[in-house]
Amino acid sequence: MFDIQHNSKGLVAHGISACAGCGMELIMRNVLDVLGEDTIILIPPGCSALFSGFGDVSGLKIAGFQGNLENTAACAAGVRAALTAQGNTHTTVVAFAGDGATADIGLQSLSGVLERRDKIVYICYDNEAYMNTGTQGSSATPYYASTTTTPAGKPTAKKNLIQIAIAHDIPYAATASIHNLNDFRKKVQKAKDTDGPSMIHVQSPCPSGWKYNPAKTIEVARAAVQTGNWILYEYEDGKVTINNKPKELKPVEDYIGLQGRFKHLTKEQREDLQNSTTKNYEKYIRQLESMNI
Amino acid sequence: MQKQQEKHMTELRKYRVFGPCATKFGADNTGSWRYERPVVDYDKCIKCGTCERFCPANVVYVKKDQKECIEFNYDYCKGCGICVNECPTKCMKMVPERGEE
Amino acid sequence: MAYKMLDGNEAAVEAMKLAKVQVISAYPITPQSSMSEKLSELVASGELIAEYIRVESEHSALSVATTAALTGVRAATATASNGLALMHEILSMTSGNRLPIVMPVVNRGVAAPWTLWCEHGDAMAARDLGWMQFYCQNVQEVLDLTLLSYRVAEDARVLTPVMVCLDGFFLSHSMQKLDVPSQESVDDFIGPYKRHNTYLDPKDPMFCCDLTGNGEFTEMRYQQKYAMDNALKVFEETVKEFEERFGRKINIVEGYKTEDADVVLVALGSMCGTAKYVVDKMRKSGKKVGLAEITVFRPFPVKQLKAVLTGKKVIGVFDRSAGLGSQGGPLWCETCALMINENSDIRHYVGGLGGRDVTEANLEKIYNELLEISEGNRTEHSEWIDLKENPLDIRKVVKNV
Repeated sequence: MFDIQHNSKGLVAHGISACAGCGMELIMRNVLDVLGEDTIILIPPGCSALFSGFGDVSGLKIAGFQGNLENTAACAAGVRAALTAQGNTHTTVVAFAGDGATADIGLQSLSGVLERRDKIVYICYDNEAYMNTGTQGSSATPYYASTTTTPAGKPTAKKNLIQIAIAHDIPYAATASIHNLNDFRKKVQKAKDTDGPSMIHVQSPCPSGWKYNPAKTIEVARAAVQTGNWILYEYEDGKVTINNKPKELKPVEDYIGLQGRFKHLTKEQREDLQNSTTKNYEKYIRQLESMNI
Repeated sequence: MQKQQEKHMTELRKYRVFGPCATKFGADNTGSWRYERPVVDYDKCIKCGTCERFCPANVVYVKKDQKECIEFNYDYCKGCGICVNECPTKCMKMVPERGEE
Repeated sequence: MAYKMLDGNEAAVEAMKLAKVQVISAYPITPQSSMSEKLSELVASGELIAEYIRVESEHSALSVATTAALTGVRAATATASNGLALMHEILSMTSGNRLPIVMPVVNRGVAAPWTLWCEHGDAMAARDLGWMQFYCQNVQEVLDLTLLSYRVAEDARVLTPVMVCLDGFFLSHSMQKLDVPSQESVDDFIGPYKRHNTYLDPKDPMFCCDLTGNGEFTEMRYQQKYAMDNALKVFEETVKEFEERFGRKINIVEGYKTEDADVVLVALGSMCGTAKYVVDKMRKSGKKVGLAEITVFRPFPVKQLKAVLTGKKVIGVFDRSAGLGSQGGPLWCETCALMINENSDIRHYVGGLGGRDVTEANLEKIYNELLEISEGNRTEHSEWIDLKENPLDIRKVVKNV
């Protein structure tokens, strides 16, 4: 058991070396607050490895394992299989991985877990690039965003992870945003209570990689939802619930104007981004609503 | 559970283990990062808890029964400014860490 | 105790069943596939109580087994060839986290070129990742070494994973009449899984496998080396116990008619059966040849092999893997390092690659060359012993140029 050398409220130490204003830090605290101490966590290398710790000291008070970048889901499946073999049905197994570890290199092992219906909670915190290694682009990097491997802006759209989860028809999948923590926490609780695999895709604004004043992390998350860049919905036993449908979408400029990774966009590109955002939002909402017919 | 552990640590035996693992729960000195810190106008604070809720480091605490109703753990506050930015009454502001330079 | 007709794959599965593995995650690959099938049949019928995780790749297979073992159960997987290559980075996770997984590896060459058949290139490519490697001579040894492996790997002085290597098709698909111990005797020999070292337990939490700085990494690797060094002693103790319980002797190194041999061949795996036959045949015509058959390749059995080879002036080493870019294959390099202070002429032979049979004729030719070398009648030897004529010209194609 841990030699407690730090007084913390909750299961996460207060001094975590995540950047000031890090969305992921807020996400982890809320996830573990809901899941509780009867939890085993799997973390890949990346920003979330900051919680694993360095040397003899960890920033987490629960049992955990740092696996490889591409096998967080498989590692979680292994833990669950062993717990089942031991007759343990109460411990939660949670995989806490970033967009790179999930949508790119980890997609195969995630798909395996979802298809096999392994009972794990998969949280993908999406900071929309390989942030820990210096902001290289991932398949979750949005259209036009600048990263060190897409310096002129990403020419393709973001990969849709929850649609991939829905294609596997898992019992519970949801998107989430840290500007609405009540909604997020409810979703984490539902994920915990799911008998089978569950997945939450939560946007994790990143002041360092998205290039904005750290104080604006929540503001950026809110703007993403209000401009139609991040849609909040749940897929529960085959039924879709759209959690938040703004009466009118705010202009995309309210979102991208806050971030340095979009500052290189020309006027034409901004128009293109506005058009594609509106079009994709409307198309996607129709698609989600039609799934309930 | 934490108090129990602190008490028993001195009574329990330590076992040698091989390979990489962290056996201590500790924190990095993130309070040393900041160059500005949040302060509160207690007259305007409505104790809504927004600052507490959104702090990524969980170092802001609302003390409903106190006049100085917001407590900061300055050992770990990184000075990100989220609390100030989100406060609905704008009763908080960031001030330089080492006074006016 | 009962006699059963089993092939190599079935023998490995029988041992895993007797050892009562609790989590299985095996991905099919030729020539191992029947293992993944047989294990799922045993779980489906209830003959083996275990969680069968139908993984989607070998990389996930070993990942699942590794975290399952870390959570505190006996975990099992098996693979071959490209599958072993795919799980390469996880091999290091298993050994670095000191998890005693026993994994049968059905030796098959790694593409390219594509092959389905036997050679040791797959296991040899993985020899430096901290796993023990045991090579089986025959199908009875597949059963026996797999059972032994649980005891050696899970010993608190070792805590190191094992690859039990069996030659693809030659052993995996060859049937032999096997002496299979009873479940009760194996329960007594192996017993239930005991977790040692680090583990995942919410009631006793620790964070496993976090980042390690340069101030401690060396020491952790040293801990692995220390355990490897212990492993031979533990192996010796265990084979002694195995012999007492089950009546069969396993040697770390078997010196077959080597005491008075003029020349000795060092080799691994099923070809040793043929080699012993050739040794006997040649001895009838007065040629004093011998075979040093190595069962434990990792950790390299320094003491045991030295005992057999000391004083031998001419030695041949047969590598069933190409050892490209090296002065010789892995087994030859190890043997030379072993004999560095002795005045022996150690000749390197490569053969049996990509499923090519190691024939009596090949082995006779090797022994005759070694004998001629020892008599001073030969200087060069046929390194790639079964190389065809004009090896550079085997493919000609019409090109549109």
